[in-house]
Amino acid sequence: MPKLYEYQGKKLLRDAGVRVPEGAVVSSPAEARVVADKLGKPAVIKSQVGATGRFKAGGIKFTSKANEAETVAQELLGKEIKGLKVEKVLVEEKLAIEEEFYAGVIINDSCKVKGPVLMFSPQGGVDIEEVAAKSHEKVVSMNVDVLKVLKTEEVRKLLSGMDIAPSLIDPLSQTVHGLYKVFKEYDARSAEINPLVLTTDGKIYAADCRMVIDEASVFRHPELEIDYPRDIGRAPTELERLAWKVEEKDYRGVGYFVQMAQDFGPVEGYVGFHGIGGGGAMVGADALIRHGLKIANYADTSGNPTASKVYRVVKLIFSQPNIDGYTLMGPVIANQEQWHHAHALVRALREELPSRPNFPVVILIAGNKDRESMEVLKEGLKGLPAKIEIFGRDYVDNVDSVAERMKELVEEYRNSAKEGK
Amino acid sequence: MAILIDENTTALVQGITGREGSVRTRFMLDYGTKVMCGVTPGRGGGEVWGVPVYDSVAEAIKAHGQINASVTFVPGPQVKSAVIDAIEAGVKFIVVPAERVPLYDSLEMIALARKKGTYILGPGSLGLLSAGKAAMGWLGGSEEFAREIFKFGPVGVMSRSGGQTSTVTWSLVGSGLGVTTAMHVGAEPIVGLSFAEILPLFEEDKETKAVVLFGEIGTVAEEEAAEVIREGRFTKPLVAYIAGRNLPSGMRFSHASAIIERGRGTAESKVKALESVGACVVDRPQEIATTLSKILKGSEKK
Repeated sequence: MPKLYEYQGKKLLRDAGVRVPEGAVVSSPAEARVVADKLGKPAVIKSQVGATGRFKAGGIKFTSKANEAETVAQELLGKEIKGLKVEKVLVEEKLAIEEEFYAGVIINDSCKVKGPVLMFSPQGGVDIEEVAAKSHEKVVSMNVDVLKVLKTEEVRKLLSGMDIAPSLIDPLSQTVHGLYKVFKEYDARSAEINPLVLTTDGKIYAADCRMVIDEASVFRHPELEIDYPRDIGRAPTELERLAWKVEEKDYRGVGYFVQMAQDFGPVEGYVGFHGIGGGGAMVGADALIRHGLKIANYADTSGNPTASKVYRVVKLIFSQPNIDGYTLMGPVIANQEQWHHAHALVRALREELPSRPNFPVVILIAGNKDRESMEVLKEGLKGLPAKIEIFGRDYVDNVDSVAERMKELVEEYRNSAKEGK
Repeated sequence: MAILIDENTTALVQGITGREGSVRTRFMLDYGTKVMCGVTPGRGGGEVWGVPVYDSVAEAIKAHGQINASVTFVPGPQVKSAVIDAIEAGVKFIVVPAERVPLYDSLEMIALARKKGTYILGPGSLGLLSAGKAAMGWLGGSEEFAREIFKFGPVGVMSRSGGQTSTVTWSLVGSGLGVTTAMHVGAEPIVGLSFAEILPLFEEDKETKAVVLFGEIGTVAEEEAAEVIREGRFTKPLVAYIAGRNLPSGMRFSHASAIIERGRGTAESKVKALESVGACVVDRPQEIATTLSKILKGSEKK
């Protein structure tokens, strides 16, 4: 995932001159104790997972002694916080908080903006979105011109209208400016410091950091060690990692594959889903779900990928255990020459189907060179023991009957599998 | 008439010597697009299908005079320099098919284009086609296919899905309708021309009597299109469909822009915004053509 962990974001901030609490990230209780010992003061132990609301979920704990840090780390490591396993904890000095602010940069895709927006609020810490929605005056924002270098002076102007002690304007502006520098340098889609803390001794600290890196820019930042850059809201599965390997360096068309469900048994009615065309794939998935089918994965091959890329995606779909059918849903008059898909399907299905008698396979394929593609499919899939049905152009506007047919074949297959037991 | 490109548009192909560049140049020429020249840095002096190749856009313009539009068949990580080359040489309309373009590259080229008064279609755009006149990009694919799928008629088409652009036009053909211009706005998180900026262009085009909007979950593009209608800057009938209604939030679906983040970009919000300004939002894509057909017949009688 292109989300950075708190400790990674804080390191980038520190390198850019933003003050962060003293501490270190560790992956064992013994190491936690060493770090806490070195700090020699009350510490906070923070689970490193890519989720918000960690405190309420029990993922952040305070300790006063070093041996306590070991116990707490023991308790947190390996635990699941919001469905994500804790593999590392950040051990940091506990801050004596006087005030909490919020600073963030996001990309606004509105046609009036199309660029980064810097935001600041003197009311950080709590749910900032709630503050923003309820009291607009408590959040200020400015659009940043990506063609220019942002000056600290501009940030100072933004903050000077807020209800903040004048002596804080300078250090806060420098911090927010530092956040923007990191945001831009690392091609982030969003970067937030919440809370941005003023301590009782008058210092400004980034007490947390959330950063999401742009998926398409990850290749420019090998130092971030992001091995799976797609937005799927959880850690990738083994198949998803393999799928990314197929895509990573090959820019010829799109080969997209994510799993929608993983732990299901046979005859539960999950089908392998293969769409063509971003919008067409969605139309196809919508139709299948509307007909009561469950999709095990979401795949899309479009933008004129090579046959070898399509073949690999089909093989990944079939690598999911316990699927009760496969459907290539291309409810699209595609502009790409469809014969690349036809050849890929023939090769993959000739490998997969001999061992799957009566397995439902429903193919809807249309568009540029579709007549030739139908010939390739009909000829190439001859004699396989599966229940193969192929639909063409006339069904693009009638995706519901294709989905209906898939549903019927899957039910037959499930029933015969149940009887076979 | 048409919008953005027509039979008089002088066109340039950047990346003309590559796999897609050369195949689609053949198609564009066959369809009647005035492809004057191509650019591939380091390959100047060559030819592709008889089209002369130059090292830079400025050199190409020096040799051929004004160029109205460029299409860039250049992969995502390298496309920014090609687009900037074209903007700086004074090209006013640029089609960018590349997907997976680094975000800041997109932001910078879009910001520069705005400053110079240039339109960018994409990144991640399959391109556009003005029926019977010209095509730029992948849309239409090959001549025979394009002539079958795109017939001239009174409908403007804009879509966030490339394949659905031609799917819509094909179902229009089935209902006896055709298109002025059909285009794919692009599947990337940030694109140049948005629905809200295209609607006023279709408003000005006398031959366009109605417009189709094929939307998707994610972004605020559909909501902003509704805003343009509310402001009275688009007054023709609009038929819309939003794909991805049954899909969960927080996960992106193939298109980088198709993700519901922080509750923004849901299908419900889009349908509500469009319906509130009188647009006709259909539940299934196959209803687009039949609905348009009824609307256009109704307005003829008046």
